Amino acid sequence: MTRRFWVFIEQNQGKMHPVAAELLGVANQLVSEIADELQASGEETSVEGILVGHNVTDIAQEAIQYGAQRIHKIDSPAFEHYLNRPYAEALTHLVKKYQPEVFLIGATTLGRDLAGAVATSLKTGLTADCTKLEMGHFRKIEKKLLLATRPAFGGNVIATIVCKDHLPQMATVRPRVFETPARNAKAEGEILEEEFEVKPEMMAAKLVEFIKDNNAQLNLEYADIIVSGGKGLGNPDGFKLIKELADELGGVVGSSRAAVDGGWIDYAHQVGQTGKHVRPKLYVACGISGAIQHKVGMQDSDYILAINTDPNAPIFEVATLGVVGDLYEVIPEMIKQLRAQKGASS
Amino acid sequence: MIHLLASIKQVPDTTNIRIDPETGSMIRKGVPAILNPYDAHAVAAAAEWKRKLDGKLTVITMGPPAAKEALQECIEMGADRAILISDRKFAGSDTLATSYVLAEAIRKIDQDDPVDLVFFGKQAIDGDTAQVGPGAAIRLGLPLITYAVEISEINVDEKYAVIVRKTESGKEIIQTSLPAALTAEKAIAEIPYAALPDLITSLKFIPEVWSADEPLAYDENQIGLSGSPTMVAKSGTPEAHEPAETISVAEQGLSGAVEIILGKMLSNSSVASLLEELK
Repeated sequence: MTRRFWVFIEQNQGKMHPVAAELLGVANQLVSEIADELQASGEETSVEGILVGHNVTDIAQEAIQYGAQRIHKIDSPAFEHYLNRPYAEALTHLVKKYQPEVFLIGATTLGRDLAGAVATSLKTGLTADCTKLEMGHFRKIEKKLLLATRPAFGGNVIATIVCKDHLPQMATVRPRVFETPARNAKAEGEILEEEFEVKPEMMAAKLVEFIKDNNAQLNLEYADIIVSGGKGLGNPDGFKLIKELADELGGVVGSSRAAVDGGWIDYAHQVGQTGKHVRPKLYVACGISGAIQHKVGMQDSDYILAINTDPNAPIFEVATLGVVGDLYEVIPEMIKQLRAQKGASS
Repeated sequence: MIHLLASIKQVPDTTNIRIDPETGSMIRKGVPAILNPYDAHAVAAAAEWKRKLDGKLTVITMGPPAAKEALQECIEMGADRAILISDRKFAGSDTLATSYVLAEAIRKIDQDDPVDLVFFGKQAIDGDTAQVGPGAAIRLGLPLITYAVEISEINVDEKYAVIVRKTESGKEIIQTSLPAALTAEKAIAEIPYAALPDLITSLKFIPEVWSADEPLAYDENQIGLSGSPTMVAKSGTPEAHEPAETISVAEQGLSGAVEIILGKMLSNSSVASLLEELK
């Protein structure tokens, strides 16, 4: 029997969501972790993408280039727009047909909406928002299981969850928690056309209209440079200064949960466990104390500069470099010196 | 008459959690238990529509006896009936088992008094899984609208509702037949000040308590630890990090400190090349 490792290939309006590529990378890593078992048993494995939509053949090819060996594709006008019920029923049908061992889904709005429904239909376990996934031994169980690690209680606790008696072992992962694997333009894979009939009772909810949000252009998760502000700004106007530094550096504006809860800035900017998970090349944390739930979402950044008046602020524990000082002095001075440098070199 | 139902959870206030540095375990003592914030907004929205349509609002929760305080808050907001589903047999239930317990309770309530719209918060702040609402909805075969930010219309006679949900790329306006289920963002409704009559009712409030056996006989294989496919293999606190090197403005002076940090940042080749691109 083939041990199948599945990844849901999320797509929207003809584009694959980058989290799908990240999960294909994870799935290939998981397969490599059971190489010893495969050698002993002679079993085969397959990393497979599950793609549901309309006119999505290009996306199937893209998923293959990011590491899927096989794509199960349901391609029909009924799936043009995402709706919970038909998508959940279609995925449930495919799982029953192929019985994968592991099923990974991106913890996006769509993925979280879908995963809970699919896992419940299948009566299997689902671990949300995992930050680490590995195949490993649990107690005396012979076969390796998916060990799914995630933060809970606002990031104060890190727990490893197993699902030992039910298949598939399901997990969701937020975008940017894992790195994007290399794309191989020459990769070849198999695309299997699957059928699923959408019944009228599955269409009780219908999309009437879609209103595009301009904040969505922000793309915080995939930005190279993020300048974030927190409660230390003292007031909502402080974000003007944050924006000024972000513009100077060519970055985008992020924020802590406290600033969002205070109504200072839109939720789309929130970084942290309940906001966006980010891993920019440069993260500048201004007036952010560094609550665990914030650190969980930004500690993968390559370079972290923290500016805070409190030398004991926990943000300095994850920072690469810290400045103890008033952000209202430090940021304008940074902008001034950066401009002077630019002027000198141009 | 329209019948709205909200399913809520009492949670530890995660912003106030402390960890015992010796044992690494959570100190529950002294951590206030609150009505999950997203659920509070869901109940507020349900109460608003109940008044608007002169309907009825039932609130349920699964939890320990102390969770009755969270139900009491819902009565203050205008709920007419509140049920506490509480039994030691439910202890250890994961999201799958919890969705079973709640869905069966909703089914039972619906048999006696048909439910038109079920409200959940988008997630609970202790687990942050966002799985229970979708799980219960699919068990009940209800159309589901997650991340709801607005209810534009509930048409009782024609049995439909128009609900706005928020996604990463924008807002979707969904029309659904009733009965249906939604999970609420905070934007769905403001938390109201309690009306005096509701406040008085809440003072005398005693919840209906349902056990694992009465009035519904739950399947013991689907509740508690035995009904939960997931289990915690291990848990601990996040890794501690070495504190960063810090430069003090008080010691170096403002321009000196900023010169030092920019110098250090630019000595990192990746940051330097990023900023180089700007020029």
